[in-house]
Parts: sequence; C-alpha cells; structure tokens
Amino acid sequence: MLAKRIIPCLDVKDGQTVKGVNFVNFRDAGDPVALGERYSREGADELVYLDITASHEGRKTFVNLVSRVAERVSIPFTVGGGINAVDDVDKLLNAGADKVSVNSAALRNPDLIDGISRRFGNQVCVVAIDARCVNGEWICHINGGRIPTERKLVEWAYEAQERGAGEILFTSMDHDGVKTGFACDALAKLHESLQIPVIASGGAGDYGHFYDVFTAGGADAALAASIFHFNEISIPQLKNYLGTRGVEVRL
Amino acid sequence: MAQIAIVKYNAGNNFSVLCALRRLGVDAVVTDDPAQLRDADKVIFPGVGEAASAMAHLRSTGLDRVIASLAQPVLGICIGQQLMCRYSEEGDVDCIGIFDADVKRFKSVGNDFKIPHTGWDTLSVVNGGFLPKEISGRYVYYVHSYYVPVIPDTAAITDYIVPFSAALHRDNFYATQFHPEKSGSVGESVLKSFLEL
Repeated sequence: MLAKRIIPCLDVKDGQTVKGVNFVNFRDAGDPVALGERYSREGADELVYLDITASHEGRKTFVNLVSRVAERVSIPFTVGGGINAVDDVDKLLNAGADKVSVNSAALRNPDLIDGISRRFGNQVCVVAIDARCVNGEWICHINGGRIPTERKLVEWAYEAQERGAGEILFTSMDHDGVKTGFACDALAKLHESLQIPVIASGGAGDYGHFYDVFTAGGADAALAASIFHFNEISIPQLKNYLGTRGVEVRL
Repeated sequence: MAQIAIVKYNAGNNFSVLCALRRLGVDAVVTDDPAQLRDADKVIFPGVGEAASAMAHLRSTGLDRVIASLAQPVLGICIGQQLMCRYSEEGDVDCIGIFDADVKRFKSVGNDFKIPHTGWDTLSVVNGGFLPKEISGRYVYYVHSYYVPVIPDTAAITDYIVPFSAALHRDNFYATQFHPEKSGSVGESVLKSFLEL
C-alpha cells in the first residue's frame, strides 16, 4: 500500500539551513547536506530544499549544493526558490534534483507550469501555494507570503493541476511556525477537489498533528522544518506512532 | 573492471543514477555512442520524462535499435521500462518492443488514489531472477502516471488501482517501474544485484 510521506524541509540561505517562524526571524539549523543525510538515515521519505537566497552569487551556490545532495542522499528531493523559467528547471534537474517547486512565479505566470510539465513531465512539477484565511476565504500570497493576490486556494490548486502540476504543496501561513496543528479543513477541501497528491505544510507541533493531517486532512504527505531540525520530533518515533495508529508509513 | 554505461538521451535522470552507482563504489560512463554502449558489460537505461518525445529522440538517433540489439544485461528504469515495451498510451506511440506489453494510463477511481502514483509503495517479487527475494514487502519509490500491466515477464508486482509490473525480466533485459536510485537501501540492493549479474 502507498505510504504517507514525512518530508523535512530545509530552507537554505548562503549555503546554510535556516528556518523562520512565521516567515521572519531566522534561526540557524546547520549544514543542509549533513542534515539531509541524517533525515534520510532516520527514515524521511523525501526532502525539500528551498533556496531563499536573493543574490545571483547565492543561486550558483545553490546549484552546487543540489549536486552535493544528489551525490550523498538516496531518497528523492525537491528544490525550489527563485525558479522563474523552464531553463532554471533544466539546471536544477541536471544537478540531480528530482522535482522542482514553483510558487510566486507560477502565480504571476501560470504558463510556467505548462512549460515545465510539457518539457519534463508533470511528476517533476510541484506547485507550492502559500495561503492565509482572510474573512473565511483562503487567499494565495506571493513573495514569501508578503503580498496577497486575487487567487483563492482551491481554485488556483485546481488550475495548477489542469496545467500539469504533479503535486500541490500547500503552506498555511496562519499555521506556519505556530505548532498548533495543520490546516486540516482547508487540506480536506484540497484533497476532495484534486486528483494529484497534496503535501501539507505549516503547523506541525506534535505527533498527533501528523495523525490528524493524514486522516482528517486527507494529506498524502506532511512537511515540517524546525521541529525536525531542533530534534523536537524524531522521525523514527513519529513513524512508529503513526504506524501503531493505523497510518500506512514506510518503517 | 566491469564497464557500466548509462544511456544518454533526452529523458534521463542520468546524474541521479550515476550518483547511486558511485555510492556503491561503481563508476559509469554516460553515453549515446552505440559502440560504447555495445562494448559495456552492463547498460542502464534510465528515464524521467514523456514517452512520445523520448521515443522520437531514440528513433532519430537510432538508439532504439541499439538498445534492442544489446546482448549484455540491460536495466530499464521507470520510463526506461515503459519504453522497452511494445506501445505506450502516453503520446500514443510505438516503443522499442522488447517486452510484449502495452503501457497504460492509470484510470481514476476517486481521490483516494491520486495520480501520479507518487511515493513509497510495497512490491512482491513473483519471478525472482535479478531481484533479491528479501525485498518482497519492502517499500520502493515510485512517481508515474502510466504503468505496465502484469504479463508473463513480470518479475515483481505492486498493487495501486490495479496490480501492475513493478519489475520485468526477459533474457538479458531487466526493468523496474520504481526508481532504485532513489529507493534508499532497498534500491541499493536492487542495483547491486543487477551489477552482480
């Protein structure tokens, strides 16, 4: 049976892993390659590396980092951050990434999704969505959550699927860093509306939150960062917990 | 030392396969040169991409005939496995035809079975050959929307929406739908047993 996936996310700036609380106030969490290897050994199912470097120099560093990850890690990994064109994807896949995630650039230019999936297949294209609940509506945001758009979460996710996205990575900005659980209601709506897998992000604080997101939220995968980086939750224990509660996990 | 060649074409995650081999202490050449492919002790035919454009590329370079004529052990991975079949629904295209099977698209049966089939799933080895028997029941990594049905050459089965060929084997041709290069220690044991053939 297909297993629910646990995905540690590593935000990378100038070659180092960082993690924000509500997208600001970064704290250092170490070397991204060593951390990825550790997670792979501990039973992580995939990894996500997000490049949050703004400079051109930093981008080149990131491509080198992607190759070093590919050399040392034997599980799939997705890379994202700053992908604006199909050629950016080519570089990252050649460096050894398995998938890429696009976020703001896809909202600004939805044809980017069609372009990536036509050239590389839809399994490569993860569309990441940052959304916040405003007056009962989930509104998509761009630029690291700083700018609201006109788009609503489920409509945009559905359009992304139709354009060729292979997965949706939904981050609830309201829940991110708060550690009170995932946005299970919004996730359940995504699950019902989409044919492609959904990765839940934002809000993981304890073992029970993961159980909820896979059951009530219907998520295919759950992503978290700081709780793994700072050893607040151990992946083997998390998987054992989920397994004993009847969630299919890879042990 | 045995020479391993990885087929270079427009739909390969060659670097990932190369890295996986290097983690096992084995080096390989990535090449589209027919002579180099024929001379290698083993050939790996990887793949991530779309069947029709991949086949068009293989035909235009003649690599389709080179692959079909190889006599040493050949391992197709993911779309590599699909391209080794007779036909694929993806892009409605005739393929290399080593395995007597038509590649089909998963038909949706509701949102509990997402397509693409993405992530770690279990397999059962039915016709050993090159697959270590102890990987039966273990998890391997998949990402695909098309599958090879179960045929007499099926070496392992995974059940997702329908039972499909997780692996194939016929003569010197071996193939996996999952990605051994991305399947952690289980994947490494599959690559190792292919390298030891």
